[in-house]
Amino acid sequence: MKGKITALPVSYRLAVTSRVLAAVLGGYLVAALASVSLTMWLPLARGEAVVTGMMTSFLVYLVAVLWCFACRSAWQAWFGLIVPSVVLAAVAGLAYWLGH
Amino acid sequence: MKEGFRQAMAWLHTWAGLIFGWLLFAIFLTGTLAYFKDEISHWMQPEIPARSLSSEASLTLAQHYLEQHAAGASRWLIDLPDAREPGLSVRWQQAPATPGTRGQFTEKLLDPQTGAEVQGRDTRGGEFFYRFHFQLQMPYPWGRWLSTIAAMVMFVALISGIITHKKIFKDFFTFRPRKGQRSWLDGHNAVGVLVLPFHLMITYSSLVIFMTMVMPASILAAYKGDAEAFYDEVFPASNTPDMAGKPGQLAPLAPLLERASEQWSGGRTGSLTVNNPGDANASVILARDGADRVVHDFGSALTFNGVTGQLLSATPKQALPMAIAGSFYGLHMGHFAGPVLRWLYFICGLAGTAMIGTGLVIWLGKRQLKHAKSGVMPFELRLVEVLNIASMSGLMVAVAAVFWANRLLPVAMAGRADWEVNSFFIVWGLSVLHAMVRRGRAGWVEQLALAALLFCALPLLNALTTPYHLGVTLMQGDWTMAGFDLTCLGSGLFFAWAAWKMQRAGQAGVVTRPRAKSIMLEQEAH
Repeated sequence: MKGKITALPVSYRLAVTSRVLAAVLGGYLVAALASVSLTMWLPLARGEAVVTGMMTSFLVYLVAVLWCFACRSAWQAWFGLIVPSVVLAAVAGLAYWLGH
Repeated sequence: MKEGFRQAMAWLHTWAGLIFGWLLFAIFLTGTLAYFKDEISHWMQPEIPARSLSSEASLTLAQHYLEQHAAGASRWLIDLPDAREPGLSVRWQQAPATPGTRGQFTEKLLDPQTGAEVQGRDTRGGEFFYRFHFQLQMPYPWGRWLSTIAAMVMFVALISGIITHKKIFKDFFTFRPRKGQRSWLDGHNAVGVLVLPFHLMITYSSLVIFMTMVMPASILAAYKGDAEAFYDEVFPASNTPDMAGKPGQLAPLAPLLERASEQWSGGRTGSLTVNNPGDANASVILARDGADRVVHDFGSALTFNGVTGQLLSATPKQALPMAIAGSFYGLHMGHFAGPVLRWLYFICGLAGTAMIGTGLVIWLGKRQLKHAKSGVMPFELRLVEVLNIASMSGLMVAVAAVFWANRLLPVAMAGRADWEVNSFFIVWGLSVLHAMVRRGRAGWVEQLALAALLFCALPLLNALTTPYHLGVTLMQGDWTMAGFDLTCLGSGLFFAWAAWKMQRAGQAGVVTRPRAKSIMLEQEAH
């Protein structure tokens, strides 16, 4: 796929752009939500849970980015980020609601 | 991207590596130099003598100096010298004229043996490389963000590179020299695998260092949007008593060092803060030196009463997650490293820099082969070539320019430290122009040759402009000064060798470049 850049169709380029956006923005969203969920559910003191969540989030980000480029299509990349985002948001939201 | 998992990872590795490669090269090189930050500062400020010293004696001198010159100040700050940073720095803050404002700071550098003021030349020293490494000479916080983003890309490129290169241990023992493109790839893999633990540690830890800046969601969620509460909890400030308003006689500070060392089971004090030094309620905060262990603990401190010497408070022990984050910080900074380990850090940093550099060369080399016959390169390849030359050899020349400026600019010049920095960027900019004018190998060879000349001549320049040349420093055993000169000489010789190799490879490559090999490379290399 390298060296033939000029011959590539527009649809391919759009798909690559879509994957990059999914990886950068969607990946960040999943990572941030994962850190919040961990912070909310870990049986640790508040400050310790926050630090653990932040440290773990970069590993989540990494996996999300790799996923975006490993899966078969750009649509699949987005789908694979949106589902965990919704789940993580629900998990974090539940903890937030229980905490009140 | 339909070819399967490893091909997809190879694609990601290639393009993530290319887009951020130039920036990462500069970050890695300046970061590597920053491991010798204090040594570089010492070379750039040779007026400050490096001597064996005792913390107690230095502290007594500092206290004596401050009692004479800053008796009425609201706060004294004393940075104790250590083996790597020979200067004893004292600062004091005047009581603010109006309550609520910050009082004015004065800073003096003292000779840790005599207590006399020393006037070093105005320079940013090794601090420039250290700051550039993560701030990229950009306004706060943009540079930190950009370098952290680059770190995340590095992380992705590393892991995708490992996946691509699956025969990691088998291939490690195959290095095929003098095979052009194949040797570059072997070299890229070898330096990548050899110091892989270092690469993973340095990249992940750089994310941990700035995690509160780039990933604040969990702080905001757990503390209901009040980030200050988090910082207060994680980095507890020392509580100090208010001013009594009655004069008091400050006890000698030096004995406190021994008591702090007992509290920290042998740990050293790095700096001291004396609040309200002339007051009956004076307090002394001893902050622990980060260099005596791997795990970094922000704000680990003891507070004493300045008059009676009574221990008022100690910061609590780190919790486990903070200790883990602190050890990543400590491992990244390498403050704890002694001379041997520090050199190992330096070599690992250079290996990382070389891995990025070889990757950029491979990207271009593979694509250039297709255009070797026609001799005309498309714009995007030409752009990559210019950026490759300027970001690698140009950067080396720019680093040398800082050291030359440090010795050549007049000591009394106004804005001297800024002009050292300016010369770095001016020379770097010129290297871009040069790479645009000179095509391909000529650009490489000329810039590498210039870097070789500048670095080889640095010990000579040092000898001509200061009394601290190699003959003196080697005899006296001043290994900081001598080591700097010798390292420059070594780097210069390396650049000369690189320039010579480039020149020769260019001549040979025109005559014999079998077509079959390039086809094989296309299939083999990613």
